[in-house]
Amino acid sequence: MANPIYARRRARNMVAVGASVLVTVFGLAVLALILTSILRHGLAAISPTLFTESTPPPGAHGGLLNAIVGSLLLNTVAVVFGTPLGVLAGTYLAEFGRGSRFSDVVRFVNDMLLSAPSILLGLFAYETVVVTLGHFSGWAGSFALSLIVIPVVVRTTEDMLLLVPMELREAGIGLGAPYWRVVSTVCYRAAGAGMLTGVLLAVARISGETAPLLFTALNNQFWSANMNAPIANLPVVIFQFAMSPYDEWRELAWAGALLITVAVLGLNILTRAALPQPKGNT
Amino acid sequence: MPSRTSVVTAETVAKPVRPSTRQRRSIGDPLFRGMTHLAALIVFGILVGIAVVLAFGAAPAFRAFGPMFFVTKAWNPVEDVFGALAPACGTLITSAIALLLAVPVSFGIAIFLTELAPKWMRRPVGTAVELLAAVPSIVYGMWGLFSFAPFYAAHVQPALTAYLGPVPGLGRLFDGPPLGIGLSTAGIILAIMIVPFIAAVMRDVFETVPPMLREAAYGTGATTWEVVWKVVLPYARGGVLGGIVLGLGRALGETMAVTFVIGNAYDITLSLFMPSATISSVIANEFTEATGKLYYSSLIALGLVLFVITFVVLAAARLMLARMKARAGGA
Repeated sequence: MANPIYARRRARNMVAVGASVLVTVFGLAVLALILTSILRHGLAAISPTLFTESTPPPGAHGGLLNAIVGSLLLNTVAVVFGTPLGVLAGTYLAEFGRGSRFSDVVRFVNDMLLSAPSILLGLFAYETVVVTLGHFSGWAGSFALSLIVIPVVVRTTEDMLLLVPMELREAGIGLGAPYWRVVSTVCYRAAGAGMLTGVLLAVARISGETAPLLFTALNNQFWSANMNAPIANLPVVIFQFAMSPYDEWRELAWAGALLITVAVLGLNILTRAALPQPKGNT
Repeated sequence: MPSRTSVVTAETVAKPVRPSTRQRRSIGDPLFRGMTHLAALIVFGILVGIAVVLAFGAAPAFRAFGPMFFVTKAWNPVEDVFGALAPACGTLITSAIALLLAVPVSFGIAIFLTELAPKWMRRPVGTAVELLAAVPSIVYGMWGLFSFAPFYAAHVQPALTAYLGPVPGLGRLFDGPPLGIGLSTAGIILAIMIVPFIAAVMRDVFETVPPMLREAAYGTGATTWEVVWKVVLPYARGGVLGGIVLGLGRALGETMAVTFVIGNAYDITLSLFMPSATISSVIANEFTEATGKLYYSSLIALGLVLFVITFVVLAAARLMLARMKARAGGA
């Protein structure tokens, strides 16, 4: 063990291994720190009025009812419109366009959309929907969010359909079923749980998205369920209230951040625990 | 079903037995195929649409300022003079800081998850890291502004100024008031946000390294570090690079977390402690308040710049990852 080369190699290895353990612990500590910070501030701000009153004027107490309802509305509409389109496009990639040049292009474009800066989707929705309608609206917000839902659903649908064994399709066709029935009643059923994962992950993604809503759904201080008008939503309310100088507003922002974090992490953990995972959803 | 009950003659036998099903099949398949094809076309059209819409919106600004738009430092709504230089610099500097901090940390986490951790630990730790990626960016922003920035200003910034400030050259970077917010804070928050992405990709590509290679290296007496540095990393180079560039793409386009902690100032300074602005934070802060055609168009032009930068970066990342995947599949 007196050999200096061995000693040096051993020392270098110790340093590298130690550093890598250290940064992992550090990374987990940051996660814990963020979560405890959100919990501490958020729990202190949670009260029954959070779910029964709308956002207050400066300096007054209130709740987040209008923002919670608004976010649910926006997300639901975005998912309802985005999912079928995503499923169909994913079906094309997995079932009809395997190996074709066009599907390579679409797959590439979908990957670009998957990681495109979400604020650009907001600009796009503003230029197309808000300018055309002439006013900010919930529809515009949902449109922007659906542009995030679509690529997530396309990716998971394709991944999951590719996992369905060819023999199942052959068996279906062998029974005389037309191909569309094979896909819709055999493949979708076999891949269903995985496709559901995609939709849930998409919901988790859009629940926290703020940038696409800033200049589409805007915000609304009052109760409104009108999708054709500016509508309150949790992310934008959190942003505005957190940046404000009023203590009551900041408290509500923390409460909202806690709600969103719990919802997003809850959805992620739920899908991980109960459903098959698509590979690489980055 | 009249044909079933009717008397069998030469005519009825010659007819298709179940005309209804045949008909449905002949319409159903092309219809379904057409619908999926159309949906795929729409996905393609969305990206093209974004590019076209941004280009049209940006046209007035480019007509007014020409190429000067990219080198003008001023951002002055009162005099209607706009330039992308300051926000573009802010975006590049914050992303550079983020990469500088995030890459070594992600590398360490990936090594830990593939080489060091005992089997029972890999899944929970890996999941925790992935959950860090799922936390919405606005939460990072709030945490950065209210929890991290005060701590950073009180403890870290004075220390950095004290120890690194006197170093010639380098010291200029850490010279400045300990505000807590600014370029370096935004870079750190971005780093925390992209670590999980880069670490997850690195772990995945490390796992594609054939076990025989690893075992052969260990068998010749190599240390863990030597296996990682001389066997795993060279094999996985393309994928590792792809993961890093993917993280860069995220950092460049991230909006909310940065908007909280950047400080919004149109300055290009050497000091990383000074407040600044990034392309996305400018758009987020000013778009709804933009008055005047040129102001509005300049903001969209900023968006177009961001679109082009991220598109190039993300395309490069996908290319590297695809090449890596093709090799792993062929091996």
